[in-house]
Amino acid sequence: MSRANTLDRRAVVRSLLARRGGLLLVTGLGAPAWDATAAGDSPLTFPLWGAMGSAAMIGLGLALAQPERAVLVLTGDGEMLMGLGSLATIGVQRPANLALAVLDNERYGETGMQETHTAHGVDLAAIAAGCGFAQSETIRDMAGIEALGARLDARQGPLFAQVKIAADTPPLALPPRDGALLKNRFRAALLGPQADLA
Amino acid sequence: MSAAPVADWPRDIHAALAAAEIRQVAYVPDAGHARLITLCAGDGAMHMVPLTSEQEGVGLAAGAWLGGQRSVLLMQSSGVGNCINALTLIETCRLPLLMLITMRGEFGEFNPWQVPMGRATPQALQLADVLVQRASRAEEVGAVVAGAARLAFASYRAVAVLLSQQLIGAKSFQK
Repeated sequence: MSRANTLDRRAVVRSLLARRGGLLLVTGLGAPAWDATAAGDSPLTFPLWGAMGSAAMIGLGLALAQPERAVLVLTGDGEMLMGLGSLATIGVQRPANLALAVLDNERYGETGMQETHTAHGVDLAAIAAGCGFAQSETIRDMAGIEALGARLDARQGPLFAQVKIAADTPPLALPPRDGALLKNRFRAALLGPQADLA
Repeated sequence: MSAAPVADWPRDIHAALAAAEIRQVAYVPDAGHARLITLCAGDGAMHMVPLTSEQEGVGLAAGAWLGGQRSVLLMQSSGVGNCINALTLIETCRLPLLMLITMRGEFGEFNPWQVPMGRATPQALQLADVLVQRASRAEEVGAVVAGAARLAFASYRAVAVLLSQQLIGAKSFQK
C-alpha cells in the first residue's frame, strides 16, 4: 500500500447514484451491491450474488444492447481481478456508454478482509488504460467522484475508475436475492411489459 | 455418377441464428467455427464479440438479455470447463443461453491433451443445468441449432449444441 485510502464507500456510491436518472446499473457481488442498495434500490439495478468475475461482461452485453443508455458497472477489486480478461474484451469493443467503477479497498471484504493483489501495487487503472479504455483514472477524493458522476451520462467511454476507498464495513443493506426476480424487474422497467411476451 | 450434394452446415447454422434474431455473437475461435465466424461477421445484423476466455460469454449473454437482445456463444469443448461457475448466473436468474460447442478429443484426435475435457464436456454441462443436444450429420445441423435456439429463448434455459468432431473432421497436424 502506497498511500492512505480514506474515501467512504457509501458516500462514493451515494454521490455516483444521486442523479442516476435512467442509468442502468450492474453491481458485483458483496459490498458494492450493499452500497448500491443503501443508496436506494431500483428495478434498473442488477446486483449479483454470485458469478464472481462476471460483472464487467454483463455490463458490456447490456451496453451493446442499449447503446443510447448509460451503463455503470460498480464492483470491487477482488471481483474485477477475477475478470481481468474482460477489460481486454471491453477494450476491443469500446462501447461509449459503458463505465466501470471499482471500489478498491484492497481487501476481500466478504471473506475476512484478506489483502487482494491491489494491496500489493497491482494498478487496475493502468491495466484498463493498456486495454484501450477511452478514459481511465485512480480517484482518491470526492471531487474526483463528483466529476466522474457528471461524466456517466456523456457517453464518451468506455470509462474506468479505480476508486480507493477505506477498508471499513458499513451496515448490511441487502437487495433482493432471487435472480429471476432481479432479471424480470430489470427487463420490465427497461423494455416494458411486452418484453417477455415475444 | 453424381455425388449427393454436401450440406453446407456452417451456412445452415448462420441461417438459423439469423432467423432467431441473434444480435451478439460471442466467441473464442475454433477451427471448426471458422466459417461460421466469417459468415456472422459478414452479417450486418450481428455484432461480433471476441472473448479472452469462454466464461466472459456467459456474462455477456446475461447482459444482452437484460438489454433486450439475443446472443450466441461459440467455443470449443476445451472451453466448457471455464464456464462452470458463471453458468450459475444463467440457472439462478432463469436466463436464456445458446452455446454452440465444437467437439475435440472424441474422433480421430491427435492431441491427447484434448481428450479429458472432450470426454467430460457433456456431463460437465449437464451438471451445470445446461440442456445438451448434439449434431453429428451435416444435414441435421441447421435444424438442431434452430430447435436449440427456440428452446433456449422460449424456455429461458441454457442449451448447448455439441457439434461432433466427426462432423468437423479431426484436426491435421501434418504439413
